[in-house]
Amino acid sequence: MNLGIIRAREANLPQPLNTPEIDKIATLARLRVSPGEAGEVAARISEILGLIDQMRAVDTDGVEPLAHPLDAVQRLRADEVSETDRREELLALAPASRDGLFLVPKVIE
Amino acid sequence: MLHLSVTELAAELSRGAFSSVELTRACLDRIRRRNQQLNAFITVSEESALAEAAEADRARARGDTRPLLGIPLAHKDIFCTRGLPTTCGSRMLQDFLPPYDAGVVERLREAGAVLLGKTNMDEFAMGSSNETSFFGPVCNPHDPEKVPGGSSGGSAAAVAGGLCPMATGTDTGGSIRQPASFCGITGFKPSYGRVSRWGMIAFASSLDQAGTLTRTAADAALMMQAMAGLDPRDSTSVDRPVEDYAGESGFSLRGLRVGVPLPHFTEGLSAGVEQGVRAALGELEKAGADLIDIDLPNNHLSVPAYYVVAPAEASANLSRYDGVRYGYRCEDPKDLEDLYTRTRSEGFGDEVKRRILVGTYALSAGYYDAYYVKAQRIRRLIRRDFARAFAEVDVIAGPTSPHVAFAHGAKAEPVEMYLEDIFTIAVNLAGLPAISVPAGYDRGLPFGLHIIGPDFSEARVLGVAHQFQQLTDWHRQLPRDIHPAGGIHLPEDIREGAS
Repeated sequence: MNLGIIRAREANLPQPLNTPEIDKIATLARLRVSPGEAGEVAARISEILGLIDQMRAVDTDGVEPLAHPLDAVQRLRADEVSETDRREELLALAPASRDGLFLVPKVIE
Repeated sequence: MLHLSVTELAAELSRGAFSSVELTRACLDRIRRRNQQLNAFITVSEESALAEAAEADRARARGDTRPLLGIPLAHKDIFCTRGLPTTCGSRMLQDFLPPYDAGVVERLREAGAVLLGKTNMDEFAMGSSNETSFFGPVCNPHDPEKVPGGSSGGSAAAVAGGLCPMATGTDTGGSIRQPASFCGITGFKPSYGRVSRWGMIAFASSLDQAGTLTRTAADAALMMQAMAGLDPRDSTSVDRPVEDYAGESGFSLRGLRVGVPLPHFTEGLSAGVEQGVRAALGELEKAGADLIDIDLPNNHLSVPAYYVVAPAEASANLSRYDGVRYGYRCEDPKDLEDLYTRTRSEGFGDEVKRRILVGTYALSAGYYDAYYVKAQRIRRLIRRDFARAFAEVDVIAGPTSPHVAFAHGAKAEPVEMYLEDIFTIAVNLAGLPAISVPAGYDRGLPFGLHIIGPDFSEARVLGVAHQFQQLTDWHRQLPRDIHPAGGIHLPEDIREGAS
């Protein structure tokens, strides 16, 4: 299908990501990519980056980045307490909690 | 009563033709019969729905005349509902019971709507076919072999299949409009900031917006009247008056300047959809609208820019799922790193992980300017294209999707799936309101006309859509088993053209 978009595999692909690079990104994202999946994940991500890479050909010098559709800035409110104490209710959602604390594996020896 | 619109149901309830309890029972029966095949609902809350319906009937007896009073509703499972499971289509939130209601949930509750349950969706709203849900794919009520579109596929299938007359959805890149197109219903995405995002599970925060899935534009107007407005708990919610959306019946097409976007009529558009959309534009013209060709020169960059901005924001938003405070947690973590990594690797599905990886890459040291900032600059170019167009036209109208619903599994490549949203994504990048209304059938499946308006022109977009539905009856053509006449009503020429 040609929709005025060049398909990733036909596009001028950036250097495809290799397995060590996928490992590095996965570590940053706290995700594990098993050795068996790494090739496939790298190929798919490289295709997506190929699609994205069409941006490079566009001259955007002098164009201000747009972070919010209406260029709005954060609204401020009065510095007043707006939350009620729902500690027990919220702790009850945790997979593990005790004595008002969230439990995680031992961090400090 | 399952084939009636919200507007018609409200009139019937008001004249006492049936009660909200009877209507709610009919929907629950229908869900029991049809959901096994459609898989549109993840959670159904029969008991609370019947209690709410009984309360609505009591309120009506006391003289309450709110338009949505006693009308059954389904929420996309991305909206937090207090005490009712909210999964976002993910294993990560399989057992999550929110401690509060989303802003949208509160407002529709206050309007008197009866909550039937929560609808299926692509995991964390990432998908265009509703095939990435942890709770299994949803089927299109017009043809169960086909996808309903996504990510609000459960809501679209529920309304199209007569399981409920109205549902909420969210639209980050087309997730309301594309499933509405595929299922033959009306899907409305308001301007960014018009409806509260509070309690709506975040995917890409600068793009996400809540909206409606209904049979008609008049129904969308009724829902929007209840949903729109400032919510101080959402810092991007806008503080501006809510228009009278139900004024759409007085809207005139005469002299309306309708922009026809050239890049939406490329060779990728299927012949049947192109013919049908041109015929729909012809209807507007016959009613007195002027069709004006316009260009959106940067439209082809919308998908690339979106697949930087959305994954980047998603990778940040989804970092909260760490197995500590709520949601899924892996078994026997050996240390904190193992807890984070295994929880996330086991809790998220493949598409979500892929987008987190792309987003993490785009935001990582050395790539931030080349990807994220570059995409934001292109986002401004896309918004400028629309601003230029809207100096000459009142609305823009074209196809919602390049083709009708495709078969399950037909788009296995992520990039192929991403290009599904080529006509809808630019609207999210620019923050504009847009609607998809049923505009015809191609090979027996429905497709939509996409109508886009300038910032906060909700009333105008709904008005044009309502007037189009006065001229056409595509929105009345329901799947065979709920149509009162017992079959899809299709003009002969289209029926013969079906393959």
